[in-house]
Amino acid sequence: MDSSLASALAGLVGERHVRAAHAERLAYAMDGLPTHHSLPGLAVLPGTRDEVVAVVRLLADLEVPFVPRGAGTGLSGGALADHAAVLLVLTRLNRILKIDVANRLAVVEPGVVNARLSAAAAPHRLHYAPDPSSQTACTLGGNVAENAGGPHCLKYGVTTSHILALEVVRADGSVVNLGSPGGEPWGPDLVGVFVGSEGNFGVATRITVRLVPLPRAVRTLLADFSSLRAAGEAVSAIIGAGLVPAALEMMDRSCIQAVEDSVYAAGYPRDAAAVLLVELDGRSEAAVDEEARQAASLLSAQGARHVRQAADAKEREKLWQGRKKAFGAMGRLSRDLVVQDAVVPRSSLPDVLESIAAIAARYDLVVSNVFHAGDGNLHPNISFDARDPETVDRVEHASAEIMATCIAAGGTITGEHGVGLDKLRYMPLVFDGDSLAAMHAVRRVFDPDERVNPGKVIPVHACREWAGVRNAEFGMRNVRSRVDSAFHIPHSALDV
Amino acid sequence: MSLLDKVRALLGRDAVLEGPASGEIPRVAPPTPDAVALLLGTAHEEGWRVRVEGTGSWLPPDAPADLTLTTRRLDRVTAVEPQDLVATAEAGIGWDALRQQLADRGAWLALDPPGIAGRSLGSVVATGTAGPLRAGFGPVRDHLLGVTFVTGDGRIIQGGGRVMKNVAGYDLTRLQAGAFGAFGVIVLVHLRLRALPRADETLVLEGPAEELLAAADEIRAAELAPAALELLSPALARRERWVLAARLVGSPAAVAAEEGDLRGVAGGRFAPLRAEEAHAFWSRAAEAFALRPVTFRVGGLPEGGEELLDLVRHQLSDEWVSAAPGVGSIRWAGEASAERLRRLRRTLAGQEVPLTLERAPWALRSAVGHFGAYREGVGPLVAGLRHTFDPKGTLVAAVEGDE
Repeated sequence: MDSSLASALAGLVGERHVRAAHAERLAYAMDGLPTHHSLPGLAVLPGTRDEVVAVVRLLADLEVPFVPRGAGTGLSGGALADHAAVLLVLTRLNRILKIDVANRLAVVEPGVVNARLSAAAAPHRLHYAPDPSSQTACTLGGNVAENAGGPHCLKYGVTTSHILALEVVRADGSVVNLGSPGGEPWGPDLVGVFVGSEGNFGVATRITVRLVPLPRAVRTLLADFSSLRAAGEAVSAIIGAGLVPAALEMMDRSCIQAVEDSVYAAGYPRDAAAVLLVELDGRSEAAVDEEARQAASLLSAQGARHVRQAADAKEREKLWQGRKKAFGAMGRLSRDLVVQDAVVPRSSLPDVLESIAAIAARYDLVVSNVFHAGDGNLHPNISFDARDPETVDRVEHASAEIMATCIAAGGTITGEHGVGLDKLRYMPLVFDGDSLAAMHAVRRVFDPDERVNPGKVIPVHACREWAGVRNAEFGMRNVRSRVDSAFHIPHSALDV
Repeated sequence: MSLLDKVRALLGRDAVLEGPASGEIPRVAPPTPDAVALLLGTAHEEGWRVRVEGTGSWLPPDAPADLTLTTRRLDRVTAVEPQDLVATAEAGIGWDALRQQLADRGAWLALDPPGIAGRSLGSVVATGTAGPLRAGFGPVRDHLLGVTFVTGDGRIIQGGGRVMKNVAGYDLTRLQAGAFGAFGVIVLVHLRLRALPRADETLVLEGPAEELLAAADEIRAAELAPAALELLSPALARRERWVLAARLVGSPAAVAAEEGDLRGVAGGRFAPLRAEEAHAFWSRAAEAFALRPVTFRVGGLPEGGEELLDLVRHQLSDEWVSAAPGVGSIRWAGEASAERLRRLRRTLAGQEVPLTLERAPWALRSAVGHFGAYREGVGPLVAGLRHTFDPKGTLVAAVEGDE
């Protein structure tokens, strides 16, 4: 990239906050997904909102595309920039600007790490509820961009339900305030459409979030099953009974063994086909006890071999550590790991899990499942060695079939990781050309030149022409476009 | 060929509900989403202006237009999955019919919007009008998994899906919720449900508003979180004095525990209502908001809720007011001039509190708009979105007003 741009940026943020050397840029060539890499032209790390505005304005004047990035823990290739783009790294904007205890809200900069906010709110008996597994590293700006989830989103809702207001720097450098501190949209819900837009609509520089009281009573149950199907059916039984667990997570045998072999060993039974981690919380000890008893009895009735309740906070933490660090533990299985993400109706979990196991066997791959069962949000993780092109090919084929299976079950291609680069090719499987074109048109309202995080989320080739002539036939429904990729998509997936 | 003949040729004679009397415009009830798309596509080409209504009970049918599009024939519940706690319903279904069909399957939509019982689902989504249950279950948008809508030029667009979590593409569902029809006609809604609560109790406390607000503060400080905690004016509650009503839903154990704690607050004066009394209490309050000419909501913060309520009471009146002290929002109904609404809105804007006009005669809503003036930089975004979804302004919607 042009060295005069590096100099100009250095003039705005200081020389040490512009990373131009090859070795420096290598640090930003990937996010949490090992199957995509791309070296950015430059990386710039502004330290204040005003510096962000100045950098974005300069890039607008020069018509240079840019990609906002937080901690780079994303799992869709969404925070990658190519050689022609500047990576706008926001980790230095890491101030918690306000914790308003009376109104249970906080105002933060985008680089604040998720778990740090909860830690800061804890003395006030409050916390920030969405808790992605990467919460000790991921930033709230990234959470907003991806509409991040997490185990406790089953009860408390995903990121979008916790964002009250945003200060946004648009691609042209203009600053706009969306929403209001009380959460009432000021006009149409532009906060709602910004959250989850994967950086395409601009850079959030101030984020007002809702804080939630810490539960006074918590019970955590571990139930182990001798079949995946029985565990899947237990999930439906709990939800169908009207219980609303704070979290309801599943791990399969492969995941259990990886965790138990690691430093995160949580005491999960190694011979189980699956375990469920069920957490109930609330204000009243007696009520939560009663709900835990009901959950335990449902789990037993569905065939759980044992149901164990964490005796104290320490044991609970250990059970959770195994779950939250499961992705790390899978590092023991192989050199590389693809963390997949899809959502299916909860009642189809048993069938879909069996289909995934069959796909894994067919492609001779190790697939471990650790996921938010209560939401039907699957994370099939494929362990492999990215140095072997033939294996990579099998991983890609298996991933595509898993996606097609989830779509065929009435599900979708991503529940919390985003589309980024990785899921672009699947978008035409869930949205027709008009719907994709509508999204593309919305993006152009926020960023007419498509300079922020270009090439992500919307497969532009699959969009129907928006401003042109409509299909005159009655109904005007669009035939789904073929996916532009080399991957095999089972034909049935195109009929959903 | 007249407009009426063209519509009949397009959609069949049955689609036009009644022959227009002099001065009235045709009311067209397309039977399917595809028919909505065909009608709007034609309107876009012909330059017809279309006003949209559901069952016609919320916004008065008085916007200037060439025809009315009513969604009342889109009244099917196409799927209820009690195991997955999701349902799909067409936008024109009445709220009471939807609620009954869900209850028959043991499922519950945790929303209690203002208006009459037959109000359409699409109207609730389009206006984003949540009721007292917002305190415990969030605003309307939190109950939506996806929507299908038709743009002003007749395209059928799908936002979201029908699973619990979904980040595939931009969130067009949230964009539609509360946009007052500016971005299209909602035809199908995928809903997030809860299991029908096994226990559902309402307790009420009567007294002067100030005392009740203090009780609400105590409840919040004790971290009690009723599904609804609403302060209602005497007229609205049909009582002598102001009423603070708490609704507790959930498992019998949780509700019993909460009820015990609640009675511990405010000197144990909270009195429970019998189930049928509670039902009548909440329904009457909801319906009252469809009886007065003007309804609006303001969204502030829990702290300062009392000042906000004072402001609304003093600048307008305090006859028909309902406030959620834990949320910081207030809903008001009554008679108000454009000038008074503008003044109140200006005062509130200074405190970062938006005022959304939910319901009013056309003259008023076209003057002050549902949203009024936007903050800096927002106007061009809304205008851009409006142009994207309705390039010729086919759909009549008074979002900004003439401010």
